[in-house]
Amino acid sequence: MAADAQPEALEFYPMKQFALEPLFGQGEIHWYTPTNATLWMGLAILTITLLLVVGTRRRAIVPSRTQSIGELAYGFVHKMVEDVAGKEGLKYFPYIMTLFMFIVTANFLGLIPMSFSVTSHIAVTVVMALMVFVSVTLIGFFKHGIGFLKLFWVSSAPAALRPVLAVIEVISYFVRPVSHSIRLAGNVMAGHAVIKVFATFGGIALITPLSLVGIVAIFAMDVLVAFIQAYVFTILTCVYLKDALHPAH
Amino acid sequence: MAKPTTEISGQAGDALAGYGGKAAQEAGMPQLDFATYPNQIFWLLVTLVVIYFILNRLALPRIASVLAERQDTITGDLAMAEELKRKAAEAEEAYNRALAEARAEAQKVVAENKARIQAELDEAIARADAEIAARSAESEAKIAEIRKGAMDAVKEVATATAKEIVAAFGVKADGRTIGRAVSERLKG
Amino acid sequence: MEGDIVQMGAYIGAGLACMGMGGAAVGVGNIVGNFLSGALRNPSAAGGQTAMLFIGIAFAEAFGIFSFLVALLLMFAV
Repeated sequence: MAADAQPEALEFYPMKQFALEPLFGQGEIHWYTPTNATLWMGLAILTITLLLVVGTRRRAIVPSRTQSIGELAYGFVHKMVEDVAGKEGLKYFPYIMTLFMFIVTANFLGLIPMSFSVTSHIAVTVVMALMVFVSVTLIGFFKHGIGFLKLFWVSSAPAALRPVLAVIEVISYFVRPVSHSIRLAGNVMAGHAVIKVFATFGGIALITPLSLVGIVAIFAMDVLVAFIQAYVFTILTCVYLKDALHPAH
Repeated sequence: MAKPTTEISGQAGDALAGYGGKAAQEAGMPQLDFATYPNQIFWLLVTLVVIYFILNRLALPRIASVLAERQDTITGDLAMAEELKRKAAEAEEAYNRALAEARAEAQKVVAENKARIQAELDEAIARADAEIAARSAESEAKIAEIRKGAMDAVKEVATATAKEIVAAFGVKADGRTIGRAVSERLKG
Repeated sequence: MEGDIVQMGAYIGAGLACMGMGGAAVGVGNIVGNFLSGALRNPSAAGGQTAMLFIGIAFAEAFGIFSFLVALLLMFAV
């Protein structure tokens, strides 16, 4: 009854912002259909190009602002790969840089109001995590052959415990892509959904100021999370890479 | 105040009702809508490949070269600064050396001058001493001569005076005897 | 009626699942707190361990996110 009078009053659609829609017209989403996800991925490409290619086009010794951001990102990931995965890991630096730049730009673009968060979709993060998982496993087997399995054999543990630990290690190894992907998608999704819930509470006049404060606070935390989750995804990739390069415990 | 409260609770109740019914079915979780997966995965792969090529072909070599160039410049600047510092140190050393040399030279000149002046002075003093000695000898000779002259004159006067005195007493004295007595008395 | 009971169960379950996030909060707080107390004792060694800090936070937080995911699944997917 009251719902009929005010149909929009406090209806929570915290998940609606993540819905995929075709960019042009309505209809079924085929694998090739350009959707809003496509749009925001394209914007991510554009942002990365502006930042890292257009921003550095002058190759200045004393960098401009944009160029120093690009150099900062480069130095940040480069140092991370070198510190965590070692010198041999630097061979894979472009791939890790690709992942990092994509995640971080998609995360920050997703913070723009009315935008679409590509990284909140499990499909996206699972694919990236699986790419990391599969390539790290392949690198491990190509580099060390069967010796890569030493990763699961904790030689520093007492002999009786080793089989048990091996089982645990194998399980944790295969859980890696799950936690790796869910962590990113879950964090981004949670932040955005909470903002939406706060915004919906703003529909009640008495609570509106409180809800605004809440939105600002959660948004600030989301800005932090957007960067930290990209960082965590990247550093975990580096850790997995290190395990593949130096499997012995 | 009662009215808004009831309204809120009414709204909340409706919202909950709508939540369970319409929201769950219509919105659901788009993340779990498997029909959209092929689409997302396709575009994700396209995006990643594009980003990879942009980074690998354009951005990363460029940034790496810029960073390397900057490192070179900084190293070059540091080397140049080192070189300049070395030069400055050298110049300072040369300056100090020149200063020390100049000081030594000055000291030598001063010493030389002093020695020369001393020598001249010594010579002058010696000459003056010699002259003084000569003069004083001359003066002494003259004084001796004068003294001698004076003595003779005194003797003469005394002799004459004595002769006169003796004559005044009425005694006729022999001139030679008086002269002998005067010279004896003067000597004594 | 039956659907309503299922729905109710799902909502209660979602609420219960959210308690897991408290555990993640405790875990993350524990990690950061211990990191900080260690870092204050030996600040020179702290810089090199920030990567470990974030990895630890990520692992601890993952389980909170799992519980959040379970809650979401109960809310929207069941």
